[in-house]
Amino acid sequence: MKILTGNDLGSGDVVWWDGKGWSRDVNDAVDVGDAADAILAAEEAARRVNASYAIAATQTADDVRPAHIKDRIRALGPTVRLDLSLRPGDPDAAKQVI
Amino acid sequence: MYQYDSYDQAMVDARVEEFRGQVARRLSGELTEDQFKPLRLKNGLYLQLHAYMLRVAIPYGTLSGKQMRLLGDIADKYDRGYGHFTTRQNIQYNWIKLDDTPDILADLATVEMHAIQTSGNCIRNISSDHFAGAAADELVDPRPYAELLRQWSSFHPEFDYLPRKFKIAVIASDTDRAAMRLHDIGIQMVANEAGEIGARFYVGGGMGRTPMIAPVIREFVPALQMISYAEACLRVYNRYGRRDNKYKARIKILVHEIGADEYRRQVEEEFAHILTLGLEPPQAEFDRIAAFFADPGFESGLSDAVDRSDPDFALWLDQNTAAHKQPGYAVVVISLKPTGGIPGDASADQIRLMGDLGTAYSLDELRVTHTQNIVLPHVKKADLYTLWQKLDVAGLASANLDLISDIIACPGLDYCSLANARSIPLAQKISKRFADMDRQRDLGELKLKISGCINACGHHHAGHIGILGVDRKGTENYQLSFGGSEAADTSLGVITGPGFSEDGVVDALEKATDVYLTQRSEGERFLDTYRRIGMAPFKEAIYG
Repeated sequence: MKILTGNDLGSGDVVWWDGKGWSRDVNDAVDVGDAADAILAAEEAARRVNASYAIAATQTADDVRPAHIKDRIRALGPTVRLDLSLRPGDPDAAKQVI
Repeated sequence: MYQYDSYDQAMVDARVEEFRGQVARRLSGELTEDQFKPLRLKNGLYLQLHAYMLRVAIPYGTLSGKQMRLLGDIADKYDRGYGHFTTRQNIQYNWIKLDDTPDILADLATVEMHAIQTSGNCIRNISSDHFAGAAADELVDPRPYAELLRQWSSFHPEFDYLPRKFKIAVIASDTDRAAMRLHDIGIQMVANEAGEIGARFYVGGGMGRTPMIAPVIREFVPALQMISYAEACLRVYNRYGRRDNKYKARIKILVHEIGADEYRRQVEEEFAHILTLGLEPPQAEFDRIAAFFADPGFESGLSDAVDRSDPDFALWLDQNTAAHKQPGYAVVVISLKPTGGIPGDASADQIRLMGDLGTAYSLDELRVTHTQNIVLPHVKKADLYTLWQKLDVAGLASANLDLISDIIACPGLDYCSLANARSIPLAQKISKRFADMDRQRDLGELKLKISGCINACGHHHAGHIGILGVDRKGTENYQLSFGGSEAADTSLGVITGPGFSEDGVVDALEKATDVYLTQRSEGERFLDTYRRIGMAPFKEAIYG
């Protein structure tokens, strides 16, 4: 699947295109297929999100998994500070994104 | 310490308000990101993996207690309770919100700090010897010269759009504690035969994807002409440095491609022209600056005796203090490298405490080192035990300065948008593997440096042992190198061979230290043994 990501203009938070807007949770990301360029252009014009781009990902039974480690770390947060990540209560979170 | 005059303060305050307006225009949609990005970068604001990152300048690494405490307050008020001290003697905050940034800069301005020129293709924060003004081995205090350079380079219109970023370091002792020859311009203050102070210029050093050691371009420039000489060096670079390829845009490439002799010839020609213009700073202005760096009221007649009866204190004393020029005083290095910790990170409470301790025990001075530690430069030996106890309670008394666990590590792929691999987890694993302090002390001085990409913010080229993280088909891989040094014997590390997984590189590192332990001669450090016996025995152990 192809999904879209970027950073929120004001907070800098990592966000994912959920079909209607931008979500903090990668699992909300939707497959944009061939519409990636059009959505990115419209969103850039709306100026809500910075540095947005399309990436490859896989949809599993449990989650959406970006193909590249960099985007998996973006989806989680720093692996060395899980207390600051989106899964602070999961001690295995880092292992799962590597 | 230098203190702003009304002109300095007005300049910084005006910049804050200018940026406040730019942020408002960006948030309202009036500015596009393409328009805004160069503006925010000129104010130290990056967009990293998880959020905006603000890099605050700490000129030549020198801070007052009040400034340090404010850095702690910013970590609490605007970030997530911690800051990261960097290899350019700065501090970075990793979780900044765009609309908070003008307020942060305004807070910084209240203590004569800013984030100007901590990014962009301009002259960056001037770095220096973190023992300046305290070291027993310095010729003069290098900081007045660094401050002169800071004032010259701040908002210098001719050098605001250089081909690439530009880094300058100034030292004044033969013991290089600032990686001076690995800078675009490295300056060593020296004395000529007449005893006059001047600057020896090294130009064209750097790390990154093409590491180079700067050659000497001029042996002696009279002190008050050093600004004009620096201007000539920059002017030749600005004229001929490549702008078509960012990977070939640093001055080291220019010096290498045209040769040091030709570069020197052109600089001398430009220098001769600049001298005709009478632009050198007046002696009175230098004297005004230098007066801020006068010795801070040392007491005389103090004893050098220290009670070593507490064995843990004695170990810290031997490892983390250095000789001071004033009898009865010592230089203290606070390690930000606890076992399993994140190199260079400190909590808001720790930052404030260090500020308090700097005020109470170090004549209100602190320094940030390029090795991501903090220095209290002027501590009475009589206060060392009390100071150590206070540091110990706060988790700041790791007695590992210059040992294998005193690791430089860049933020790596955990934070940095340029990184290819994570640096911090590797540093943590190595730190834990070698946690036994007796083992560390037996290994002796061993400077280990880790970068998460070829940009080399972790100085891996200059590590006695260096580790470079790379991306191998989407998987983190680590290259090992031996033989680098950023001291006076500057050298670049040599890659051992094929790379390793994260666990594999820790094992390989351990095997290399075993080779050192069996092969070392009396008094040799790891680096000395490597230089004497070469790579072959290490490769045999690692790959054989």
